[in-house]
Amino acid sequence: MSNNEIKSVTATCISLLLDDIDTDRIIPARFLRCVTFDGLGEHAFEDDRQQDPSHPFNQPQFQGAGILAAGRNFGCGSSREHAPQSLMRWGIKAIIAESFAEIFFGNCGSLGIPAVKASRADLEKLAAAIQKNPKLEITVDLQKLTVTAGDVAFPVTMPNSARDALATGQWDYLGRLLIAADQVTEHAKTVPYLSGFRA
Amino acid sequence: MSDKRNLFNKVWDLHTVQTLPGGQTQLFIGLHLIHEVTSPQAFEILRDRKLKVAFPERTIATVDHIVPTGSQARPFLDDLAEQMMSAIEKNCADFGVTLLDLKDDRQGIVHVVGPEQGLTQPGMTIVCGDSHTSTHGAFGSIAIGIGTSNVAEVLATQTMFLNRPKVRQIVVNGKLAPGVYAKDVILYIIQKLGVQGGVGYAYEFAGSTFDVMTIEERMTVCNMSIEGGARCGYINPDQTTVDYLKGRPFSPKGAEFDRAAVWWLSLASGDDAHFDDVVEFNAADIEPTVTWGITPAQSVGVGQPLPRICEVAPEEQTLIREALKFMGLEEGQPIKGTKIDVAFIGSCTNSRMSDLREAARIVEGHKVASHVKAIVVPGSQLVRKQAMAEGLHLIFEAAGFEWRAAGCSMCLAMNPDKLQGREVCASSSNRNFKGRQGSPTGRTLLMSPAMVAAAAIEGHVADIREFAGAAV
Ligand code: SF4
Repeated sequence: MSNNEIKSVTATCISLLLDDIDTDRIIPARFLRCVTFDGLGEHAFEDDRQQDPSHPFNQPQFQGAGILAAGRNFGCGSSREHAPQSLMRWGIKAIIAESFAEIFFGNCGSLGIPAVKASRADLEKLAAAIQKNPKLEITVDLQKLTVTAGDVAFPVTMPNSARDALATGQWDYLGRLLIAADQVTEHAKTVPYLSGFRA
Repeated sequence: MSDKRNLFNKVWDLHTVQTLPGGQTQLFIGLHLIHEVTSPQAFEILRDRKLKVAFPERTIATVDHIVPTGSQARPFLDDLAEQMMSAIEKNCADFGVTLLDLKDDRQGIVHVVGPEQGLTQPGMTIVCGDSHTSTHGAFGSIAIGIGTSNVAEVLATQTMFLNRPKVRQIVVNGKLAPGVYAKDVILYIIQKLGVQGGVGYAYEFAGSTFDVMTIEERMTVCNMSIEGGARCGYINPDQTTVDYLKGRPFSPKGAEFDRAAVWWLSLASGDDAHFDDVVEFNAADIEPTVTWGITPAQSVGVGQPLPRICEVAPEEQTLIREALKFMGLEEGQPIKGTKIDVAFIGSCTNSRMSDLREAARIVEGHKVASHVKAIVVPGSQLVRKQAMAEGLHLIFEAAGFEWRAAGCSMCLAMNPDKLQGREVCASSSNRNFKGRQGSPTGRTLLMSPAMVAAAAIEGHVADIREFAGAAV
């Protein structure tokens, strides 16, 4: 598992400013019949794309985009890590949304995908800018907590713990948890249901 | 001095291994449930990094999502499902984890099996790579759904990093009217607070309405906390909880049970416990509730019309338009009378004995409408067995329902049970997302199992309170 510092992401952007996009829409359940995450990229938003030929993920000018601009409560529903995995494998390296569902947000963190929040008004400005120029390079700066896109610039937010983990390259949570293994063994002894309810 | 901490914070503190400078907690996990969909990649991570499962005795696996509810002969007809089944068998064998597989009569939907076996207990931290882990909060535990990277972390360390959420107490007082069930209570709460109202919160459900609920009803409520955006929901343990756990296979025994019961009851939030937010509702305001849209908050009382676009906040209008278009419904129309094609009784929300008994009571002596395909899928093999011992399968079959083997079935699209084309399904499950039930254009109306039963008979959405012979 790579463990790189992620201080900023610069790429072109694709926008999908709809609210309450659930993880069943990001990756329909039939594609979860797999034992690896390989190959999920091509199925991102599969059913939405089938039903709507003008879906942004279908449009040639947005192929190769690395930043996704999304609406409110993005990634709600199922806990499937297949959802951010499919976006990542499609090419998404950072997500800017009005808000995120919690499990989805955590999953992004585990994969090293910065997920930052911005106001609706700023997201709409961003969407308008990329509509005008799909090749516009966008930068999500995790240190300054800003997004810049040509002459559009606005602040974003992200919880400190998530930001620090990415910026210092410590988003390999497993490695960090393992360090405390002895402490965990000791702690288990204090848990009442692991000690005959005598603790 | 009395402890002003609510149950959530008491349990959280007890499981805190350490708090990082950034505020994150390394939380000890008391019970880790796993299933075939979100675990294979996690075991691969362990193999890659040459790690073992830290606490195999605190880890239990079962199979539910991909399980066919018709013929279960191996190898499965679906190669991919067979591959997943073989993977969990191998992973559990290699890593020393107990697997409740199809040959084990304890198998079933993970959120039905945990409680049924007495694995789920008050005061525990419980995780599973599945968002409906919130179900287990019905016992007064912290129960949260996690992603696959987290599954690997918990397998390898029995801990994970989490930020402590705020706690919102949702108080519902009063007696539910006849025909109104636990499912209606949670659909109503989500309708009022929205699908993202709970983000950043744990929900404590409190008040006399929940006090008189059975554990199975409480599970239905907590199950759908996640549909309201809350990663976990719980109900304080009481004598109902203690009685439910007595004598279950994994429950403590003898004097240990007595000590456990004292501890469990001591965890409940006191009268002066602190909450970050409190919201109150009246049981008397809750009707049998049906979703009409593509999020679980898009619901109405069965006697009410769909909303009119001009009546909702401007920022909600796009979503409402999208939902109406997808569902093929008109603003302001009644939901009652909406024709259905499929009726599904099952899922971790509503597939337990009390659900099946109530649905059977309603269909008894009636026939499923000729254009409706109706199926009943018990939540576990033990539920199935018990229902058959009570003859419920005969009632369902006589009415024209198919009686299936235990699994997730038509709740999601990972096994052969799927909607076709634009079929409309009256469903006792928890999600009405686009495409959720297996057809990208299929449509889901969520409701209580009793309402699904009535809809199956009538062939369209019916009001259980008016349903002939229901005598609710
Ligand atoms: S029944 Fe449905 S919601 Fe519950 S675990 Fe299975 S797929 Fe998930």
